[in-house]
Amino acid sequence: MSTEAHAIESHVEAPASTFVWVWVGLVAITGFEVFLAYAHLLRPELMLTILLGLSVIKAALIMSYFMHLKFERLSLVLWLVPALVFCICMMLVLFFPDSGRLLHMRPH
Amino acid sequence: MHQTDREATLTSAWAGGASPFAMGSKKLGMWLFIISDSLTFSVLLISYNYLRFANPDWPLPFPFHPSIVFSTVMTVVLLFSSLTMVMGVAAAARRERRKTVWWILATMAGGALFIGLHLTEWLHLIGEGLRPFSNPWGAPLFGAIFFGITGLHMTHVAIGVIYLGIISIGFGRGKFSPEDVEVSGLYWHFVDLVWMFVFPLVYLMSVKYI
Repeated sequence: MSTEAHAIESHVEAPASTFVWVWVGLVAITGFEVFLAYAHLLRPELMLTILLGLSVIKAALIMSYFMHLKFERLSLVLWLVPALVFCICMMLVLFFPDSGRLLHMRPH
Repeated sequence: MHQTDREATLTSAWAGGASPFAMGSKKLGMWLFIISDSLTFSVLLISYNYLRFANPDWPLPFPFHPSIVFSTVMTVVLLFSSLTMVMGVAAAARRERRKTVWWILATMAGGALFIGLHLTEWLHLIGEGLRPFSNPWGAPLFGAIFFGITGLHMTHVAIGVIYLGIISIGFGRGKFSPEDVEVSGLYWHFVDLVWMFVFPLVYLMSVKYI
């Protein structure tokens, strides 16, 4: 099989049970998120931090297993993910000082 | 058989002659689309939080019951449709045409159910007075950004259902390859992935505690 033919061959490297377990994990994390909202125990800033952290874990699971990124070449991951993270960080550079400034500029 | 220098160059990854990521152009194109679309949703979600942080009277319109319970069901439905899509991609890789079509149809049913539930929730909020530039609870921009984010996501889900419909018909008739099914799966999982950020940021962070 030529390189190109091998390249375009669709492939699934993990057994079905792996995907089911990943799905169970995703539902469990979602359940924990909903519990946090229901219990209302945390300050909003802490709640936001934890929810965002859990969302990143869920996104990583979906990309790794459901989107098969775990089974692709490392060069693809290194090409796509750091670029995305860098762009999002650039969007956030002015987020807190600027939105906080707006809060203090409101007429009283 | 020995390769000539020219042939060796044309098949070398660094020379651009071979696929450097060992994947077809359709799949690579979908990954590039996903990254660019991720930035679109990132901008919207960051804008949502920017507005929320800058407005002390930001509305908290979602009571735990029924709003959060409802949106949790929507989340599980979307996650389940991702699982059926994974099974569909695996069946396509094994060239099991009939099974693949059934798994894709199950995924489409999940997507259609998600859209139905979401529209029901929208109508409920509209009934309570939520409009793009006004609402009875606080900062008027809430409606614009809420409908903007959830509407764009719902549009992606609707496009995904149509896309999967075309893929299932084409694969069922032998016109599309397993790679086409895998590429459509990438799109569907991306739609699921975006909701994993919309659900906590828009819904769980806006619970109305009575």
